Amino acid sequence: MSNLQSIAFYWPELILVATILTAIIYDLFTRDDSHRVGIWVLIGLILAQTIAYLTGNGTITTLFMDTLAFDPFASFFKTLVTIATVFVILVSRENDELKGYRTGEYYILIAIMAFGMYLMVSSIDLIMVYLSIEVVSISSFILAGYLKNSLRSNESSLKYVIYGAFSSGLMLFGLSIIFGLTGSTKFSEIQTAIGQLSGAADLALMLASALILAGFGYKISAVPFHFWTPDVYEGAPTPITAYLSVAPKAAGFALLIRFFHNVFSDGGLLVPAQWLSATELPWPQLIAVLAVITMTLGNLVAIQQSSVKRMLAYSSIAHAGYMLMAVPMLSKEGVYSILLYLVMYMFMNLGAFFVVMTVRNRIGGEQLDDFRGLGWKMPFVGVVMTVFMLSLTGIPPTAGFIGKFYVFAAVIKAGSSFYWLVFAGAINSVLSLYYYMRVVKSMYFSGKSQEILTYPGKLLTLLLICLVVPTIVFGIYWAPVADWVRNSLMFFTQIH
Amino acid sequence: MGSLHNYLMIASVLFSLGIFAVMTRRNGIAVLMGVELILNAANLNFIAFARFGGMNISGHIFALFVIIMAAAEAAVALAIIINLYNNFKSVNVDEARQLKQ
Repeated sequence: MSNLQSIAFYWPELILVATILTAIIYDLFTRDDSHRVGIWVLIGLILAQTIAYLTGNGTITTLFMDTLAFDPFASFFKTLVTIATVFVILVSRENDELKGYRTGEYYILIAIMAFGMYLMVSSIDLIMVYLSIEVVSISSFILAGYLKNSLRSNESSLKYVIYGAFSSGLMLFGLSIIFGLTGSTKFSEIQTAIGQLSGAADLALMLASALILAGFGYKISAVPFHFWTPDVYEGAPTPITAYLSVAPKAAGFALLIRFFHNVFSDGGLLVPAQWLSATELPWPQLIAVLAVITMTLGNLVAIQQSSVKRMLAYSSIAHAGYMLMAVPMLSKEGVYSILLYLVMYMFMNLGAFFVVMTVRNRIGGEQLDDFRGLGWKMPFVGVVMTVFMLSLTGIPPTAGFIGKFYVFAAVIKAGSSFYWLVFAGAINSVLSLYYYMRVVKSMYFSGKSQEILTYPGKLLTLLLICLVVPTIVFGIYWAPVADWVRNSLMFFTQIH
Repeated sequence: MGSLHNYLMIASVLFSLGIFAVMTRRNGIAVLMGVELILNAANLNFIAFARFGGMNISGHIFALFVIIMAAAEAAVALAIIINLYNNFKSVNVDEARQLKQ
């Protein structure tokens, strides 16, 4: 579709950009430290989402000369990103760490990140892939180090920027090789060209794919590109940690799925896909092994952590591993289960990090020791945290169980050659039970029970309720989510 | 002028040097210079492919965007390193050890 026609489908992003620009100008002249810019960004986001909802209607097309796809798959991820952003903006108002810092820029950067992710989930052109990843990365580097005077925050942003710049450099080199091999930057043309490559190009293609996987793996924090995750998650302000663990990860998965379906396989979701034999790499086995290593490493190291925030960082690596399990199947069920898992994961993981923030606000730390007797001190927070921990483990009847169930089912459906993967996933779930339950044990079975009750603020209570209700309800009645995901399983693909 | 082959060789040497710098340097600025080498190796690839491969203009466009993004990234990274210097009185990446390994 030509540039002018595309604008009709591009209103949500335009509104978001307008919101960001007005917010920057407003912040420039008023420099106030109230959270007004946050509210402005919130309004812009909700407006953008409403318009996206009204203009969607399941149209599948490409925008701006085939650089962006407009399809239900992208809309799904945009909605997911918007929900996560709304929660994070609201919770940031209650964050004590941000006191004494300018808050205007903070919200503007969050909005820029959301805009970058809007592009990331819909890009079907290598230039757009690189640009959108960089937009998200650069704004998240600043956000991770937003607490300028905190040594920990500073260190986290330093590690983030070094690993981030390095892996995006690796990815870029991979992209340049792909461009050289195929002569195009468009996914669909690359796919056609790869199918016609001679055997002599195999090595180059393999190298390029490995380098590109580094870029994607870094975004979803999969082993061996996960090194930044624990340090960045621990040092960054907690709302940002919650955001990083949910939204960019979802966007990274969107990009990964789109890339592997549109470039390295022959169909996309409309027809049963096969991996292109031209790539000569055992992609399914390779990704399956990566998934197993990712979740095992995440779980094993999480067990040893004494800081709950750091433990949750490792747990988010493990969850990336669970979702990665369903990627090599290239089946409709596989993608369906990843999308479903991401919805469930968003609620429970945001919730867990928000509880960590509450504890930090009221008790002053995020170590496991600070959680001692929390169930008696803050009864509501204790109960809510227990639900999130159960859900992250995947115990029925919580949302986490449904997510895991669908992922395992998709893997089993792919045939007996992948049964070992399900087995590894099941063992890992049991492993994770240990460290999640340790938090619950610490909350209820240690510490004294006669302490004075403390309460989180009103807004925080409301947000926690908004997260815990879906975590339970979607564990019992997940049909609405399932329908939404099923209707989103269509993305732009060139049919040959 | 030379052929595509020469340019690709130079690009891969630059790429390897960049990785080497990122892996071995402990000075934050030097690590960033390594990253710049990697980005420019990719740029050289893009331009060479676009010029000699008889391909369309996308390669040139890509390189332009990469230059812009590299500048933005360097600005942010340098700001973070200046902040590191204010906090730790050093630009050495190893000095930042507040977070548990």
